[in-house]
Amino acid sequence: MPAERWNRTAPRPPDAPLVFTEKVRGALRIAAVAPDAAALGLVPGMPLADARARIPALTVVSHDPAADAAWLDQLALGCGRYTPLVALDTPDGLILDIAGAAHLQGGEAELAIDAAMRFDRIGMTVRHAIGPTADAARALARYPAPPAPDEAAAIRRLPVAALELEAEATRALLRAGLRTVGDLASRPMAGIAARFGADAARALRRILGDEPSPLAPRTRPPPVTAERRFAEPLASSTHAMAVLAELAEEAAVAMAERGKGGRAFRATFFRSDGLARGIAIETGQPTRDAALVMRLFAERIDGLRDPIDPGFGYDMIRLAVPRLEALGASQLKLEGGAVHQAAAGELADRLTTRLGRGRVRQYRPADTHIPEQAQLELPAADAPPAAPWPNVEAGEPPLRPFYLFDPPQPIEVIAEVPDGPPHRFRWRRVLHAVRLYEGPERIAAEWWRRRDNQGLTRDYYRVEDVQGRRYWLFRHGLYDEKPGPRWYIHGLFA
Amino acid sequence: MCESSSSLAGLRRTVARIAASGAPADSRAGGWLTSGHAGFDAALGGGLMVGRCHEFFAADPLDAASAAGFAALLALRCGGAAPLLWLRTADSAQREGQLYAPGLAELGGDPNRLLLVETDDAKALLAAANDAVRCAGSAAVVVESRGRLPALDLTAGRRLALGARDAGTILLLLRIAAAPEPSAAETRWQVTAAPSRELEARAPGAPAFDLELLRWRAGPAGARWRLEWNRDEQAFREPALSGAFLPLVARRALEPHGAAAA
Repeated sequence: MPAERWNRTAPRPPDAPLVFTEKVRGALRIAAVAPDAAALGLVPGMPLADARARIPALTVVSHDPAADAAWLDQLALGCGRYTPLVALDTPDGLILDIAGAAHLQGGEAELAIDAAMRFDRIGMTVRHAIGPTADAARALARYPAPPAPDEAAAIRRLPVAALELEAEATRALLRAGLRTVGDLASRPMAGIAARFGADAARALRRILGDEPSPLAPRTRPPPVTAERRFAEPLASSTHAMAVLAELAEEAAVAMAERGKGGRAFRATFFRSDGLARGIAIETGQPTRDAALVMRLFAERIDGLRDPIDPGFGYDMIRLAVPRLEALGASQLKLEGGAVHQAAAGELADRLTTRLGRGRVRQYRPADTHIPEQAQLELPAADAPPAAPWPNVEAGEPPLRPFYLFDPPQPIEVIAEVPDGPPHRFRWRRVLHAVRLYEGPERIAAEWWRRRDNQGLTRDYYRVEDVQGRRYWLFRHGLYDEKPGPRWYIHGLFA
Repeated sequence: MCESSSSLAGLRRTVARIAASGAPADSRAGGWLTSGHAGFDAALGGGLMVGRCHEFFAADPLDAASAAGFAALLALRCGGAAPLLWLRTADSAQREGQLYAPGLAELGGDPNRLLLVETDDAKALLAAANDAVRCAGSAAVVVESRGRLPALDLTAGRRLALGARDAGTILLLLRIAAAPEPSAAETRWQVTAAPSRELEARAPGAPAFDLELLRWRAGPAGARWRLEWNRDEQAFREPALSGAFLPLVARRALEPHGAAAA
């Protein structure tokens, strides 16, 4: 698979076999080989130097498991056209649960042919198999078995290696004369468990279908989906967006029937060559307003770094709503209150879609004395409900600054006595003479949260310079905690 | 019969007022953002006009917190529970410091109403501001910027002002380290930190601001105020005299930008 992914992106000379290398204990070893290299006797695990000695004209590429995984994920997204339940079988397999979905393609065999054709079109070789359970199908696809009249017989004719036990257990099975799964299945299960371990017994039961082999799908099937298939591929993105708008209307009707609204929407454009492109948006409040959803999609598509490419056209578009929340029928206030609240929420969604989740934030209080940790900045898309902030004492001036520096910025301070308040300080190369001050407000480190029970106490001073500007300064550490503690400016008051 | 017709007339008046201001009747008292200081509001004909753009220049980069605090207090004084949109670029957290919600709470504002929007650069900031002013239902939109801001030319400024007028929102444009220049703003202010009233034991008192009206489309400019924020009454007021002020002449000599522009 790495070789076929590489072939899609980079041309190479026809007579230079392709190998992938990775560094194992300081030496370059081959991690994967292309079919042409395998035909010349190169195998994974061989040192690169040996391979070069045998075949000087090698194309050597460093092995990139992350790119392979991403490519497999893309292929899995493309397989979403057959069934929503697609599981990854890393590093190079996909398991599709097609129960109840095969008839849409005209049957199991037709589905397999269609999938093979599409994979072939993007240059991927597939070996597929259909089995009664996920483990059985996987074993049938991965291990060559002699032809058999039906599935059950085919599974029984699989070599014992298909159980994928540890090498030692497989060797023990072979030494005992058990060559196929059928040989093993004809023995009593208790004996197998006693002799070859419980793992062998479980693997056997799974491959035979006696024990369920659970599938971990790539995504859970979304509760609401709307999709449209086209007889002729749709080549224009404008038309695709128009279809998406219709799908949004359909999904809105489906959600209204359930009294729900969507918090997340995902559009998947399936290209006729088998690849797919997914685009997701989120909203801060549940919604079923198709126009709003389309505006957010347009915003997201405008901001994409690599624009969506229709290629040879889309032959299917699906809109899924993975997250639903209760949303009653809404009634607007006469004086427009509900409208205004919705407008602010919509703005937050639009800006979140354009700028990113972390860029539109709301503030929530946190229960701590450490000033820089006393506020939580949370993405507006999923901020918890408003919480009350600590009460302030009447008649006091503000004790916390309007702007906070995090991290605090170091300053030079001249104090009249070492332990006393600052008299003059230099910040950003400007000298400020202190006119008024209040302090210290002593804030200790949260020793109960720190493993080493350490941490310096801070002495905070609220100061005002002769120009009337107000600053929040602190000395990091008491004189008996640390010799020569540093001073910092932590904030600016209004 | 007579009674019902008078109540009907009252309703009509309410509807007319809503239609005129484009905002719920409880917020921003009939189209003005008021300070609570009677003299200040009266001199401006009611306060800062809603549906317009107002510029606040920090007299010195060190006055940034004062200018920002003044804008935030004006915006949060009224507007009920409507959100305050605060737009800034991502690098301003390093230079000016991050907005500190507990500090806003100490000033008497409700940080839950604050919605912070950070953008990569000034261009994205103006684009986000354009969307934000067109969103009815905010208490105010504060756009914090630093430097000359070449992207905000007359056309861009006019577009922002028109957006605010159409949606009935108010845009407060904070300009830090920038010199005043012609723009589409209704009023232009220079904000300087003012010495606070000294509390006992030489402690700094409530925040005080020196304001100078650099430009006003609807009237004469040049007026100056010194306002002090009274948190308990949620209003600005005349600072009580303490005699500890620096003389005005000395302060003016320290100011880098005068009232030359505008």
